[in-house]
Amino acid sequence: MSIFKGNPLTLIGFIIITIILFIAVFASVLSPYDPNYIDINSILLPPSFEHLMGTDGLGRDVLSRMLYGARISLFVGFVAVGIATLIGIVLGSIAGFYGGWVDSIIMRLVDIMLSIPTFFLILAVIAFLTPSIWNIMIVIGLTSWMGVTRLVRAEFLSLRQRDFVLASIVMGTSNRKVITKHLLPNSLTPIIVSSVLGIASAVLIESGLSFLGLGVQAPTASWGNILTDGKEYIQFAWWLSLFPGLAILITVLGYNLLGEGLRDVLDPKNK
Amino acid sequence: MIKYLIKRILWMIPMLIGISLISFFIMHLAPGDITSSEASFNPKASEESRQKLRELYNLDKPVIVQYGLWLKRIVSLDFGNSFASHQRPVLWQTKDKNGNIIKGLIQESLPITLLINLIGIFLIFSISIILGTISAVKQNSIVDRSITFFIFVAFAIPGFWLALLLMYWTGVMNQWLPISGLHSLDYKSFSQVGQFFDLLKHLILPVSISMLSGLAGISLYVRNGMLDVLHQDFITTARSKGLKEKNIIFTHALKNAILPLITIIGLSIPGLIGGSVIAESIFAIPGMGKLFYDSVLMRDFPVIMGILTIGSVLTLIGTLIADIGYAWADPRIRKGLVK
Repeated sequence: MSIFKGNPLTLIGFIIITIILFIAVFASVLSPYDPNYIDINSILLPPSFEHLMGTDGLGRDVLSRMLYGARISLFVGFVAVGIATLIGIVLGSIAGFYGGWVDSIIMRLVDIMLSIPTFFLILAVIAFLTPSIWNIMIVIGLTSWMGVTRLVRAEFLSLRQRDFVLASIVMGTSNRKVITKHLLPNSLTPIIVSSVLGIASAVLIESGLSFLGLGVQAPTASWGNILTDGKEYIQFAWWLSLFPGLAILITVLGYNLLGEGLRDVLDPKNK
Repeated sequence: MIKYLIKRILWMIPMLIGISLISFFIMHLAPGDITSSEASFNPKASEESRQKLRELYNLDKPVIVQYGLWLKRIVSLDFGNSFASHQRPVLWQTKDKNGNIIKGLIQESLPITLLINLIGIFLIFSISIILGTISAVKQNSIVDRSITFFIFVAFAIPGFWLALLLMYWTGVMNQWLPISGLHSLDYKSFSQVGQFFDLLKHLILPVSISMLSGLAGISLYVRNGMLDVLHQDFITTARSKGLKEKNIIFTHALKNAILPLITIIGLSIPGLIGGSVIAESIFAIPGMGKLFYDSVLMRDFPVIMGILTIGSVLTLIGTLIADIGYAWADPRIRKGLVK
């Protein structure tokens, strides 16, 4: 594919993400054990042929938990970014298309949201709700739409001055149609790039929250909460800390490489 | 310049109102009324403290009145008392019945977080300029590729995981560095200089962890900014005049490339302050991030609301300083040539 030509890093990112998608979808087939099966006879076993990534403090198979964790991290990433992108597109379109006081209000809201420390905001909301995977996704989504909003608005502002858009407005096309048929399709590139990069940061936030015990709750496995156990047992069970951390690192790296690569390829300035 | 300053400072008023509205809205997210969830999650909450909470937030009055009264208290810097830590004041010290001074929770923890973040910002600023410039000047060389690789990995590495590994490696395996708290147990017996170095030693790990992703982002920014500047006409002119490459890079290019950094660093403040939650709770540092985390676990609402507000105000002040710095550094704005 032409996207990957002369861009090996983008290809690496693409491969990483494809593998992780595959793992997430087929986690139940790939897992050698039930991820939540507690076996008190095999507590904290080091990696072996029987348990490739060892077992945790409750004797659960770490590999199986890691595979199911991929599902969680992917799910949270996609839904959270989906929410953020949707809000960003709606608000950004309104601000960029109509301008005037609507634009001012929306952009001030963006400024205000950007000046509240994000992690504090997320934790505060979690404190008032209860930590659960659904709340995490919604909260991450509701606190990360500002970038997309700015992006869509900027695209709309410049596209609005272009001849084909002006012509279509003069011809009496409805505002809704101008936005959905002309402006949005032409703003898609930066939206896709920022979504891919957004998934990377959502995965990091989810794992951080789960690590702090405020994210995905036990017994559901997530890379973040496997690491919480890893912290408990760091002196005798390195495998509990090593694998989930590497998994997060590789996943986030994959999304970042793919996102940056797409930006380079799709940005006309680089042609 | 003075006109710009006044405008910029007045601009903070609507921002502060917006922030207070959002904080207030979050407090009302709790299902039912916060006194009931507070009571069900926090075993330390007695009927008396629930009553206090109701009075504190005027929960029996209409929402708009509640907001007005809350805002009035915030403006007079009254954030109430903590539930969890023996009714200690959230923000600033007060005197108890016996005339003893009780320090505020934020008053005690904020300087620590500020210290860590200021050291972090200073290091980010210096290291990223060096890394970014080398990377841009030697574009596509091995050095550039290694730096870019480092940047991508630093971006992707979960800070808490790296913290765990470093703790294990430098603290447990080798015992090079202390891994928790701010002082050694016997630090009071040290001389002043000894105490200073003791503090520094305790700060190495948390500062490194909290600055890592900022360092990556800003190094990349400097690199791309330098590459942009190096391709501009005035650099070509300087080269064709026969200026030394060293002169071109350090006096002509670098100045232009790092000017926007002032703004970018201002924008990275909310991330740094928010990020202190993870570094401080892992390394058991009694700063504002750890205080916030503990308060979230205890559902200590007055402290949560206090830190949320103070954290945002700090961010506003940070961006204000950054904007003033930018205006001062850019002669076009300083001399009022452009807005």
